[in-house]
Amino acid sequence: MEPTKTSGTEYFHRVVDCQWACPAHTDVPEYIRLIAQGRFSDAYMLNRVSNVFPGILGRVCDRPCEPACRRVRVEDEPVAICRLKRVAADNRGDIRDRLPKAAEQKNGKRIALIGAGCASLTVVNDLLPLGYECVIYEALDKHGGLMRTNIPSFRLPATVLDEEMDYIIDMGADLRLGTPVESMKRLLAEGYDAIFVGSGAPKGKNLDLPGRLDSDRIHIGIQWLESVAFEHVDSIGENVLIIGVGNTAMDCCRTSLRLGAKNVKVMARKPRKFFKASDWELEDAEEELVEIVVNYSPKAFVMEAGKLVGMTFEKMEYDLDDDGNIADTRVVAEEFFACDDVVLAIGQENAFPWIERDIGIQFDQWEVPVVDPVTFEATLPGVFFGGDAAFGPKNIIWAVEHGHQAAISIHKYCQAQSLTDRLPRGVNLQSAKMGMHEWSYSNDYDPTARRMMPSVDLKERFKKLNIEVELGFSVEQIVKEVERCLNCDLQTVFFADLCIECDACIDVCPVDCLTITANEDEQTLKNNLKSPLLNPDQPLYVSASLKQTGRVMVKDENLCVHCGLCAERCPTAAWDMQKSTVNIPYAIDEMVQDEARCLENQKTG
Amino acid sequence: MTYIAKPRIVHGGLTRNALGLTIRDYEGGMSTLCAGCGHDSVTAAIVQAFFELDIPPHRVAKMSGIGCSSKTPAYFLGASHGFNAVHGRMPSVATGASVANRELYLLGVSGDGDSLSIGLGQFAHAIRRNLNMVYVLENNGVYGLTKGQFSASADVGSKARKGEVNEQQPIDPVQMAMAQGGTFVARSFSGDKEQLVPLLKAAIKHQGFALVDVISPCVTFNDHEDSTKSYSYTRQFFHRAVHLDYVPPLEEIKVAYDEGEVMPIELHDGSRILLRKLSKDYSFTNRGAALDYIRSHQRKGEIVTGLLYIDESEPDLHGINHTTTAPLCNLDFETLCPGSQALATLQQRFR
Ligand SMILES: Cc1cc2nc3c(=O)[nH]c(=O)nc-3n(C[C@H](O)[C@H](O)[C@H](O)COP(=O)(O)OP(=O)(O)OC[C@H]3O[C@@H](n4cnc5c(N)ncnc54)[C@H](O)[C@@H]3O)c2cc1C
Ligand SMILES: Cc1ncc(C[n+]2csc(CCOP(=O)(O)OP(=O)(O)O)c2C)c(N)n1
Ligand code: SF4
Ligand code: SF4
Ligand code: SF4
Ligand code: SF4
Ligand SMILES: [Mg+2]
Repeated sequence: MEPTKTSGTEYFHRVVDCQWACPAHTDVPEYIRLIAQGRFSDAYMLNRVSNVFPGILGRVCDRPCEPACRRVRVEDEPVAICRLKRVAADNRGDIRDRLPKAAEQKNGKRIALIGAGCASLTVVNDLLPLGYECVIYEALDKHGGLMRTNIPSFRLPATVLDEEMDYIIDMGADLRLGTPVESMKRLLAEGYDAIFVGSGAPKGKNLDLPGRLDSDRIHIGIQWLESVAFEHVDSIGENVLIIGVGNTAMDCCRTSLRLGAKNVKVMARKPRKFFKASDWELEDAEEELVEIVVNYSPKAFVMEAGKLVGMTFEKMEYDLDDDGNIADTRVVAEEFFACDDVVLAIGQENAFPWIERDIGIQFDQWEVPVVDPVTFEATLPGVFFGGDAAFGPKNIIWAVEHGHQAAISIHKYCQAQSLTDRLPRGVNLQSAKMGMHEWSYSNDYDPTARRMMPSVDLKERFKKLNIEVELGFSVEQIVKEVERCLNCDLQTVFFADLCIECDACIDVCPVDCLTITANEDEQTLKNNLKSPLLNPDQPLYVSASLKQTGRVMVKDENLCVHCGLCAERCPTAAWDMQKSTVNIPYAIDEMVQDEARCLENQKTG
Repeated sequence: MTYIAKPRIVHGGLTRNALGLTIRDYEGGMSTLCAGCGHDSVTAAIVQAFFELDIPPHRVAKMSGIGCSSKTPAYFLGASHGFNAVHGRMPSVATGASVANRELYLLGVSGDGDSLSIGLGQFAHAIRRNLNMVYVLENNGVYGLTKGQFSASADVGSKARKGEVNEQQPIDPVQMAMAQGGTFVARSFSGDKEQLVPLLKAAIKHQGFALVDVISPCVTFNDHEDSTKSYSYTRQFFHRAVHLDYVPPLEEIKVAYDEGEVMPIELHDGSRILLRKLSKDYSFTNRGAALDYIRSHQRKGEIVTGLLYIDESEPDLHGINHTTTAPLCNLDFETLCPGSQALATLQQRFR
């Protein structure tokens, strides 16, 4: 194999598994180290650069980083990446003077944003400092989108939500509450320089079964949660059935318990391994004694004397094939479950009744707008989509990332530049060596298990709707949890010309991820590794030919725990531990680039 | 050396042997040798050999003398018995251990200083007794522990780090063992585990004295240019004469070979080794011819490696002395200590 190209490319970024998995590429290991040093405000600000809402996300992020975390390759549980983010937010000092500020000099461009959810707010956060004027139209009387209307306050307190949204609004956004956009055509006519659609995926799916329209005790999950959030609904019957087993279902069942339900059943059509809800959301619901009933497919709503008394279900049986997929399905019985209320939580969809279909914005067969996955531009130039509105319901952190990318596009569009000619990501490396066996990070592997999140007592928490269940980590827990991070951004960097092939690094590596072997094609190298290859998707790190024998050093990045022992053991410093920093460009970087180009032109012209 | 200990991590690629142990269960304490020392690689090879042979660590007794090499038993088989003897005297202590418990695997680790200077007499007598042990001689041409003075294995013309040239003839432990009647004589290199690990396995299973002379560079005092025991010099003049495959008991021999080119040898526990000539004119059955071969290549500056001589038929110390077949600890008190009457009868024989 040719030596692996590591400079400037994505190679080292991929090694930082959490950062690679995070849609917004949050620099997790760096913020964890800042927390370890007690620098909570710095950790908060570092988070904010990429994910904008650290306090919110530290509580309710979907956390794709955690399943990806390297720690699960050497023990059961990932680092509590998300809850450490909350630590940074909860313990930060007054950071208001460190927040971005709107440019004093406006650039004369006006942007309209539809919806005041996290997607639009991220765009505003990125564009106000560049001199853009941002007008946000929000249909409801309060801003925040689903974060306010659907994510229950016992998971996300309103104070946390308001504080972080206001950082952006207070920069100088023109927020127009209670102002739905009813016609895109009319908005286009108002002469904005660009339009961002961040209106979400607001339509809850219905379940069209016999009896559906015969009762007002059958609710659509996301509408019902919104009514609860705005205090239009403050009670529910004692016996509640929740249909569906995604994250919305988890919020519906837990909310029911706080509105007076005594007996809540979540009805799942399929076995547990097919559930859509995240493991931790399921755990939280089950801890509150919600019963999850599997293999029941809803059949009909049952009324007695015009009143909902329950539902009938078909009891299902499934045959699984060797891969665990469903091979065959059978109905084995029919059963009745009594209830007072039913909440339907079977998914949500996009809905754009206010966008005329003859203005150049194309939709696909599922009524989802056609949006470029890189630029987020619709088929009508100057119109951009992001968040749930772009590709259907996802989550907050994706909406934030869409917002960042759309902001870059809007800037480029307004400056008449090519939308696809974007600044590339880069990786910087800097040696972490501080002296003999001394590194600028804590490299000793800590076998501590993941800390458990303390929570409000089971009796206490149901007394009011908005009692935040999770209490946050204690100081003792923080101190332990930060040491679990393996510092995956401390890269092992190899200098082939220095290696004397003494095998010291190979022998000391605690996970056997290094091999010196004859250079061969990729597959042969993969077969000849000291420890068998477990993740074929991760590229190998292959060195140039070694001086003494012409063999090569091969590293399986998948297993490395970044302990630095190879570098400590190497007599010639052929291995070095180097801190990588991934540079993610934002709209402001594009502007700095423009200014540099401008200066250059002035000099040469 | 490193300041932090190699962490105990059970990762997905770790396998278990027939005893249900991982290779990590065969490791010892953290090495305090210089980073890059050949001895650490020999340690890793020993760990691998015992792991692959499924030997319970508590059935092994580690013996050593004094030197960096002799420190290494602290870094492998943490759950074994061990004795760190005085300088050059490990063979005597090992003899005592072997007499007391013939069922333990005896593994001696020594250096060129420990074995060829102060301990030369002890070394020669251990061969002579055909003491049933593996004797790993970690050979770096210097006294590493005392800061790099030439040892008795230093070659004529080899330069010390500060430029001083050695003019005395070297003692080659391999030739000495050959001449002395050694029943298992091998040489290898710390930087070649593919050769070293099977050699160690065969040595462990050999009944009698098994010398494994391992060129093991001292990265601090003897790895410079003009050293004849450096990594690069050894790689350049390394000459593989014999290839060895170790085949565990009950396992089928899979490699095909031509008569005369390969010699299969059955070891006492039923495992076999297959010796394959890599050089046409090598003879692994004729002690004299093998010795000539080693000498002629030595004159060309080449280091001949592999299992250079083996003889499974000679009796070991216990055979020669007709000792009891059971370890002393397994004998009942009456047998072990037959009483004053028996002593008097015995003494009577010498009057
Ligand atoms: C019950 C539930 C729980 C969830 N829990 C989590 C969680 O724990 N973690 C997580 O990461 N994600 C969660 N999500 C998903 C997450 O809330 C969304 O992905 C995210 O809020 C999308 O943000 P957005 O800015 O794209 O849209 P939204 O948050 O939906 O905001 C859109 C805004 O646009 C407004 N609007 C719509 N149409 C118009 C119009 N025509 N004119 C003016 N304004 C308009 C809406 O009123 C709304 O305020 C959850 C979703 C649900 C339903
Ligand atoms: C009786 C006695 N004499 C001398 C010494 C000093 N001494 C310590 S180690 C050593 C030589 C070790 O050389 P070697 O066996 O080659 O080990 P290395 O360090 O090279 O691995 C000497 C002479 C001693 N410890 N004891
Ligand atoms: S161990 Fe730390 S740096 Fe590595 S993936 Fe997990 S959180 Fe990220
Ligand atoms: S840092 Fe080096 S020694 Fe540690 S796990 Fe990674 S490759 Fe192995
Ligand atoms: S420890 Fe250093 S010199 Fe030795 S093999 Fe590893 S990289 Fe090469
Ligand atoms: S001095 Fe030489 S022999 Fe001793 S530990 Fe250091 S490198 Fe090894
Ligand atoms: Mg020595």
